[in-house]
Amino acid sequence: MSGVPQKRSLLVADSQLTKRNAAESRFKIYGLAAIGAGLFFLVVLLSQIVMNGAPAFFQTQITVPLTLDPAAVAKAEKSMMKTAGYRGMLEEALWNEVERGGIETQLKSPKELREMISAGAPGNLREFALADEGNQGTEVRYTFAASSRVDGYLKGRVTREGSKDDKGIRPEHFDLIDALVAVGVVETRFNLTFITGSDASDVRPEQSGMGQSMLGSLAMMFVVLGVCLPISVAAAIYLEEFAPKNRFTDFIEINISNLAAVPSIVFGILALAAFIQFGGGKLEIEALRASAPLVGGLALSLMTLPTIIIATRAALKAVPLSIREAALGVGASRMQSVLHHVLPLAMPGILTGTIIGLAAALGETAPLLLIGMVAFVQTDIASIGDFFTAPNVGMPAQIYIWAQRADGAWYERAWGGIILLLVFLVAMNAIAIFLRRRFERRW
Amino acid sequence: MFDAKISETTVTQNDIKIAARKVQVYYGEAHAIKDVSVDILDKTVTAFIGPSGCGKSTFLRCINRMNDTIPICRVEGDILLDGEDIYDKRVDPVNLRARVGMVFQKPNPFPKSIYDNVAYGPRIHGLARTKADLDEIVERALRRGAIWEEVKDRLHQPGTGLSGGQQQRLCIARAVATEPEVLLMDEPCSALDPIATAQVEELIDELRQSYSVVIVTHSMQQAARVSQKTAFFHLGNLVEYGDTEQIFTNPVDPRTESYITGRIG
Ligand SMILES: Nc1ncnc2c1ncn2[C@@H]1O[C@H](COP(=O)(O)OP(=O)(O)O)[C@@H](O)[C@H]1O
Ligand SMILES: [Mg+2]
Repeated sequence: MSGVPQKRSLLVADSQLTKRNAAESRFKIYGLAAIGAGLFFLVVLLSQIVMNGAPAFFQTQITVPLTLDPAAVAKAEKSMMKTAGYRGMLEEALWNEVERGGIETQLKSPKELREMISAGAPGNLREFALADEGNQGTEVRYTFAASSRVDGYLKGRVTREGSKDDKGIRPEHFDLIDALVAVGVVETRFNLTFITGSDASDVRPEQSGMGQSMLGSLAMMFVVLGVCLPISVAAAIYLEEFAPKNRFTDFIEINISNLAAVPSIVFGILALAAFIQFGGGKLEIEALRASAPLVGGLALSLMTLPTIIIATRAALKAVPLSIREAALGVGASRMQSVLHHVLPLAMPGILTGTIIGLAAALGETAPLLLIGMVAFVQTDIASIGDFFTAPNVGMPAQIYIWAQRADGAWYERAWGGIILLLVFLVAMNAIAIFLRRRFERRW
Repeated sequence: MFDAKISETTVTQNDIKIAARKVQVYYGEAHAIKDVSVDILDKTVTAFIGPSGCGKSTFLRCINRMNDTIPICRVEGDILLDGEDIYDKRVDPVNLRARVGMVFQKPNPFPKSIYDNVAYGPRIHGLARTKADLDEIVERALRRGAIWEEVKDRLHQPGTGLSGGQQQRLCIARAVATEPEVLLMDEPCSALDPIATAQVEELIDELRQSYSVVIVTHSMQQAARVSQKTAFFHLGNLVEYGDTEQIFTNPVDPRTESYITGRIG
């Protein structure tokens, strides 16, 4: 019969269905391809960072028996360039070791070993000598840093080929290094200085470290957290729960969204004008001076505030209306409904937003350039006050400084700094996840 | 035509608990409640029935000023609770809501323990001086909510972990814990299965001993089962108000009759 639709078998796919299924599988393939591409770039990026940055965490060290002659120490202390005498002692000790081991070398005098010793090593020896009288007069096994050329040679960064025109280091040196490595006098060890140290002058990358800038970043994070969290949560609660809907609040709302899109360097120049020139200069507030993490933190706070306000409002909005009604229904005031019920439920979202804001602030360099947090900094942190006000740099600024320097050793350290920056970020995210869990456990 | 059991209307002439006079409600320009006057009696269950969107919830929410939270909502006219105007400037809605409790359409327990759900109201109103006092209040409220036996061994587990019907009875317990005088219920059974509905209806009948109960329902059977007074709303007007028995057996207004016989709705 023509009027009755024909019964179709479930086992036979019709053309429309085939088309639909094809479209679906095509879509799945696009999605997989997108994820695949993302993963590929992530892997490339991470392996690049690790490959380039990992060597910064290792440093070539030289270990030799050394006897500090009190007379020599006294003589060195009398001269103008105090460390010069100590450098002589190191050269002497290494030379003795070469001779004692019967290692053949074309080099003729201890002086020629100078290129192999870190420029910072004599200073360290001096500290060691003066730290304790007992260190003088007896033989100790003393370990000091090799120069960045030696370090680079063992890491493959410096080659014999590439050093042909190098005035300092010569093939004879490379031969000697190979021989010393064979007998274990020269070896590569974990470089704690890179994590704990501060910046060092151009010629001694082996003495530099990210420690100082990590403290700077940490101080700024505390300032940002302390300033932003209370202000933005208060602002968001007011706007979301209490503010009347009128032109004025609309205007504020639009401006907050706009502020979140302002380039960070604008906040940098604002901080320069408001905090350093006005606060520190005109009002003579001692703590507000150029290069201080306090000022850096305030500058970063300016750019982080809108981010956290927006995230907090979204978190508050996500709390269902029924919870507010339940609270009001049993006679809670608006304030009580917000503080007892809405805010705790919004807390995980607020924390996530805060950490995202902090992470963005941590990686920010532009505002720091303007308030002088890119200087060469070797401060020692002695007190909490220093922690916030002594001149310092942030981690990205430190990386930026190093990346500008010529020697390949600095390039390696810039990559290493990036590893530490990422570790810092991951640690912050871990804290965020931990806090989220804590708050969510209260259902 | 209508075969549900109609509750025995023991209409001993109770006192008037809530008196509404010429109440108008606007949402912006929209006129949602038009000139409604009604007397709601003490210790009586009053049902609001009517087609969807006719303003039942809106009028109910006027009685505890829940509409205050909607910025575009405007209420005119007088609503008196025991002779006092609840829209008077001197009235704090917080005090009002402690005396006029509310149960919502969707069960909405706080994401806290069963105990804390019930204890929250008494705590913020300072009804208990000691922990023992509070324990007693919580137990009494849960018993009134007819849920004590089911939860007494897990008072400190989350209220959100209960079944829908249990959650709604928990919400009723939470509402009665502050010792209100009036209990407003907005379609309290619409999210519940028939068994849970029967339990809640039984509970409502018991609550009538102590409170004036106002219940919005879209189920005429339910209105007939639980209420003594019924108000029929249509397009924002209060069309007819009277004894439940009379409304269901002998409606005066043709619109009421059409609705009850299923011609509008
Ligand atoms: N928050 C609101 N904003 C604007 N209009 C509303 C709001 N709540 C309800 N209304 C309108 O008021 C009228 C009555 O709604 P409601 O009281 O919820 O009806 P019912 O509970 O009887 O179904 C409807 O036309 C509805 O669209
Ligand atoms: Mg409704």
